[in-house]
Amino acid sequence: MSTATVEDLTEITAPDRFWNRQRRLGAALVIIGLIAAIVFGSLAESKTAKFTLSEDAEGAALSINGQFGAILFGVVTIAAGAALLAGVAKRWQTWLLGLGIVTFVLSFLCWQVAGKFLPLVDTVSGSLELALPLILGALAGVLCERSGVVNVAIEGQFLMGAFGAALVGTLATSVWAGLISAIVGGVIIAAMLAWLAIRFLVDQVVVGIVLNLFALGVTGFLYERLMQPDALKYNSPPRLPEWKIPGLADIPVIGPVLFDTNLLVWIALILVFVIHFGLKRTRWGLRTRAVGEHPTAADTVGIRVRGLRYMNVLLGGVVAGIGGAYFTLVSTSAFNKNMTAGAGFIALAALIFGRWTPFGALGAALFFGFAQKLANYLSAVGSPVPNQFLNMLPYIATIIAVAGLVGRVRAPAADGVPYVKS
Amino acid sequence: MRGITKRFGDLVANDHIDITVEPGEVHALLGENGAGKSTLMNQLYGLLQPDEGEILVDGEKKVFRSPRDAIAAGIGMVHQHFMLVPVFTVAENIALGAEEVRGGPLGFLDRRRNRKDVLETSQRYGLPVDPDALVENLPVGAQQRVEIVKALTRDVDLLILDEPTAVLTPQETDELLAVMRSLAETGKSIVFITHKLREVKAIADRITVIRRGRTVGTATPDTSEDELAALMVGRDVSLEVAKEPAQPQGEVLEVAGLIVDDDRGVRAVDGVDLTVRAGEVLGIAGVQGNGQTELVEAIMGLRPARSGTIQLEGESLIGKSTKQVLRSGVGYVPEDRSLDGVVKDFSVAENLVLDMYDRPPYGSAFKLNPKAIAVNAAERVEQFDIRVSSPQSAVGNLSGGNQQKVVVAREMSRPLRLFIAAQPTRGVDVGSIEFIHKQIIHERDNGTAVLVVSSELDEVVGLADRIAVMYRGRVLAIVSPDTPREEIGLLMAGITGTNDEEDGQ
Repeated sequence: MSTATVEDLTEITAPDRFWNRQRRLGAALVIIGLIAAIVFGSLAESKTAKFTLSEDAEGAALSINGQFGAILFGVVTIAAGAALLAGVAKRWQTWLLGLGIVTFVLSFLCWQVAGKFLPLVDTVSGSLELALPLILGALAGVLCERSGVVNVAIEGQFLMGAFGAALVGTLATSVWAGLISAIVGGVIIAAMLAWLAIRFLVDQVVVGIVLNLFALGVTGFLYERLMQPDALKYNSPPRLPEWKIPGLADIPVIGPVLFDTNLLVWIALILVFVIHFGLKRTRWGLRTRAVGEHPTAADTVGIRVRGLRYMNVLLGGVVAGIGGAYFTLVSTSAFNKNMTAGAGFIALAALIFGRWTPFGALGAALFFGFAQKLANYLSAVGSPVPNQFLNMLPYIATIIAVAGLVGRVRAPAADGVPYVKS
Repeated sequence: MRGITKRFGDLVANDHIDITVEPGEVHALLGENGAGKSTLMNQLYGLLQPDEGEILVDGEKKVFRSPRDAIAAGIGMVHQHFMLVPVFTVAENIALGAEEVRGGPLGFLDRRRNRKDVLETSQRYGLPVDPDALVENLPVGAQQRVEIVKALTRDVDLLILDEPTAVLTPQETDELLAVMRSLAETGKSIVFITHKLREVKAIADRITVIRRGRTVGTATPDTSEDELAALMVGRDVSLEVAKEPAQPQGEVLEVAGLIVDDDRGVRAVDGVDLTVRAGEVLGIAGVQGNGQTELVEAIMGLRPARSGTIQLEGESLIGKSTKQVLRSGVGYVPEDRSLDGVVKDFSVAENLVLDMYDRPPYGSAFKLNPKAIAVNAAERVEQFDIRVSSPQSAVGNLSGGNQQKVVVAREMSRPLRLFIAAQPTRGVDVGSIEFIHKQIIHERDNGTAVLVVSSELDEVVGLADRIAVMYRGRVLAIVSPDTPREEIGLLMAGITGTNDEEDGQ
């Protein structure tokens, strides 16, 4: 080490642009806050909005005057935005942004629920159930993409999984056989993806789209030829049983949501932890991340890049297949043509919105699930807001995320780049 | 290694090469860029498989199908482009592939033991590294130490270093040579790939010279530099650039307080003031990655400037498009020839008018004039000594030196006020280097202002009339080319011991 004096260079302060990210976010929050306070506030009836713990209008509830609530929460949103505009410390940025968005949603709810009631437990558990396939699909994406293979075929994996679960579950009259064949269905698509993308270096997005169309075609054909004529014989799978854990299920709100539910909810939540921990703390995870970021570096230390990618894509197929089982073994009890209806793409959006991390994916999936649940609720209570707007939310959120408005979204460096030995 | 032959299509990269490395020796593989040194070593490390020949380790025949096999046989390699995952910590990078784990098949990482291994190896060999730092935040010299520690933790007997000094300052290079020496003393063998004669003479026990895929001789370190250079390139070359003293006139390019960010938004150029006068060559010296690339790109309008001014004879270039900058009389030889310099699938003739295709006489807004293009091509090929069978053949088929001549010919065929050459002779054979250098000096003597950026200090010293040394986005000093190399080297490392920063202004 040289001992001579090294010029200590402090960076020259360049004039920062006034409209930096924080100020832009702040301005956006102020604008939506104004919308909330003025539009929602003036439209809201001055009646009590009830958020009930039970399923009906009676019983314990959190109540607030609708108009007052809409204005109050809108003002809080404006305040959060103003704080960002004024330039608070960086570490508060995320919290203020979160506060602003949550209060905006609350303001919206106060307007909609004024004079009516919103059952909390049903909303939460409904959101979780709608989020379930999204969580599993996004986790499948995490597994593939962290090792460098873009997985656009989640939709196809869902469809194959759903179809396999319905067909085999009916034939074997066993929900477990159904679950296993859902996994097999997901893995079949994953294997084709892996084979074409890793072995033959075909563009991964193109392969994904082709596989989605393939899955749609095959399941649609078999559905029309096999299931539709004789639904009783081929298309009436048993439902996954719901289990209630005594004691824990009695906790208010959380109890009925988490501990009186079906197996898939637990599988999904446990997988979030397992994959998060696996990626961070195990040899498999370290190597997976290395292969997704810099495959040549991994190769030069003796890691089998392609082998690891094959393994992870197939594991992703297993998880997406379980997600497919949700459609026929939990949500409804029959397969239908194209019944996943784009859920695989919303899962992909959740993956990106969640920044390629398991917990991020969980959060994004829950948010999208909540949006869908809210859309259902609004159309049920006859709200003037078209529920299509809320159904758009996942896609809008993803565009915002990709545009970099909520922090830097950075994919694994080698995502989608096939590995060819020089 | 015995009779190693490797072909890529028609190109024979290695032609029956024999090479032996003894325990505890530093064996230099000397050769020009593209001579086949790296190809040879990639076969030894299992990244490539030889078409013919065999590899013996301790007298035993081995087949290396992947680096895994080579590592198992006690061979380690530090690549020219570091094989480090930027978003990982140093300890993670070093552990990768040879992780210490607990919990059997589940393979939980044992971070404490991984960390301890790193610290032990780094202390044992005197290579300071911080196991918890993120690799992307480390300077190149430190990244290289990480690479060496990574190889050493795998208990190698033979360490291959592929062009390890290309990215280092002279001082860092000296440190590296000392490390190599002490490694050799502990009984490790080292293969040191380079094309820099000075370093070879300083460290090697034995030298093998490779030219165009063949071994052309072995030498001992007391062979003179001239002899080694002659072996390397096949004929006597003049390393000096012949030129008259410059007769600078008015200022052509004026850069003041320029601040530019790189792709990641990190400050790359941090307040640069420069002037280039007509009829002089301003050379920019500096280790790669100290803002030279971004500086040139900002001048060319390829990268937005955060603040500051760039003026060409009093007229601002800020906010102008690259096309406007070129049309205002700036010639530009980009750093990465194959990416930005030529369109490889286009013919030589087409590449020669890439900047003027929509201007008479070569064409108009709607059509090209093939006849004028062909005439121009014939003239340029003649004038710039471009060795090509026909101007209609694709540029991609030419050698690096001839491709670069195409770029230089194109940029010099317009009336110029300013000529910017970034790494003008990278990957170019010695004959073409001489020619290109002559053309640059010729352009200077015609009264054009010339800005040369090069990471080869020899090139900058040879060409420039004044040298600006860049370090971390700043011009630390402007010195005359007669300044001792040692001093320029210290400046390149950011060390300003004396107060001569205003020299040569």
